[in-house]
Amino acid sequence: MTAYSLHPQVGLRDERFGALAYHYGNRRLTFLNDARLVRIVRSVAEYDDVDAALAAAGVPAADRLAYLAAIARLHQAEVLVARD
Amino acid sequence: MTDRLARGLDAPICLTWELTYGCNLACVHCLSSSGRRDPDELTTKELFAVVDELAEMQVFYVNIGGGEPTLRPDFWDLLDYCVAGKVGVKFSTNGSRITPAAAQRIASTDYVDVQISLDGADAATNDAIRGDGSYAMAVAAMEHLAAAGMREFKVSVVVTRENVGQLDDFLALAGRYGAQLRLTRLRPSGRGADVWDRLHLTGEQQRRLYTWLVERPQVLTGDSFFHLSALGEPLPGLNLCGAGRIVCLIDPVGDVYACPFVLHEQFKAGSVRDDGGFAAVWRTSELFTSLREPNSPGACASCGSYDACRGGCMAAKFFTGLPLDGPDPECVHGHGEAALLQASSSRPLVDAGHSHRGGVFVPLTRRT
Ligand code: SF4
Ligand code: SF4
Repeated sequence: MTAYSLHPQVGLRDERFGALAYHYGNRRLTFLNDARLVRIVRSVAEYDDVDAALAAAGVPAADRLAYLAAIARLHQAEVLVARD
Repeated sequence: MTDRLARGLDAPICLTWELTYGCNLACVHCLSSSGRRDPDELTTKELFAVVDELAEMQVFYVNIGGGEPTLRPDFWDLLDYCVAGKVGVKFSTNGSRITPAAAQRIASTDYVDVQISLDGADAATNDAIRGDGSYAMAVAAMEHLAAAGMREFKVSVVVTRENVGQLDDFLALAGRYGAQLRLTRLRPSGRGADVWDRLHLTGEQQRRLYTWLVERPQVLTGDSFFHLSALGEPLPGLNLCGAGRIVCLIDPVGDVYACPFVLHEQFKAGSVRDDGGFAAVWRTSELFTSLREPNSPGACASCGSYDACRGGCMAAKFFTGLPLDGPDPECVHGHGEAALLQASSSRPLVDAGHSHRGGVFVPLTRRT
């Protein structure tokens, strides 16, 4: 499984609905509409792979694929970067 | 999502900060009626204090404008101060001060972006709106930016009846300098109120613009044409009036308004000079709190397009004397025109603001 960290050029700001991420390089704004997803994004760099990050955030097995898809989208949007 | 955004955010997404009412041009549609500096404009120290506050609130970036913001002697220091505080800057300029050295400076950091204002794809069309020599000034700035290696800066056009036929030319012009085209809507704000009747788009032009935009999602619009979404599939963007919810303005004297297009007492929420500063105005002012309440669709209630258009732009309604809970003056279903006929006597009186006295035009010899 891939390990991720927050892109160094991304700022993250908590909001009532979750958080906003802004990328200073490509100047794109991304909405994170789920508090648990925000916790995962904030802590993902501390884990060796994304599964460990999901487990630590208490993601139920039934929701795992949805969270993985959300994380893949954040990777695509360059909010997250893959690391070795 | 739109509903949650409508209830407001801890900090604005789209914060415009006009640094000065001073300008070396006198564009006929200037939204802030700029010309002369105001003696009460924020001092350098006050500017820096605002930046500290924005950094603290984690405002990602500010849209700096004016007037012509680069005329302030402390402009470049302010830019450095923003970058140091990790507050990104996108500033709008007529290009007069974008020398090769300035262009280098802008290109040297990801935290600064620049937007060159242009209102015609040729000198004749542009200069009729922005003044003699202003086209050459903008093009020189674009050349300097491109030569400095600045990628994807913005060329910003207010779409009018006169230039709407040049959309492809604008796109080609921006492309020539590696820039992105940004189109925005003409609103009857500031001096724009004086020219709106003759320069705003006809219904037919609006329909053509809509199709043109749908086919070119790479063209930026700052969400300003969402009233056109009532014509079919929604344009990209949030499609709502963000005034006081995600949008606001800090003016040169520190007053905070709901949006850059409503410089009027009725939409003033407070001042960055008040106790609690900008954060308190944004989070707790009476005006912003009321703007975040669900608004009634009023006369738009029976319209099948309300979800897409939400009644359009508050500023456009206000300055044409229309009720705020009814159709936009440029309603694509024609409901604005009827309302305008009834409202023609109720337009709010707006003074000339900081326009140059006697409508003088300052010669463009100050390029350094
Ligand atoms: S008043 Fe008009 S310009 Fe201002 S935020 Fe609302 S829609 Fe946009
Ligand atoms: S009637 Fe109102 S909601 Fe419908 S298109 Fe016109 S302005 Fe928009």
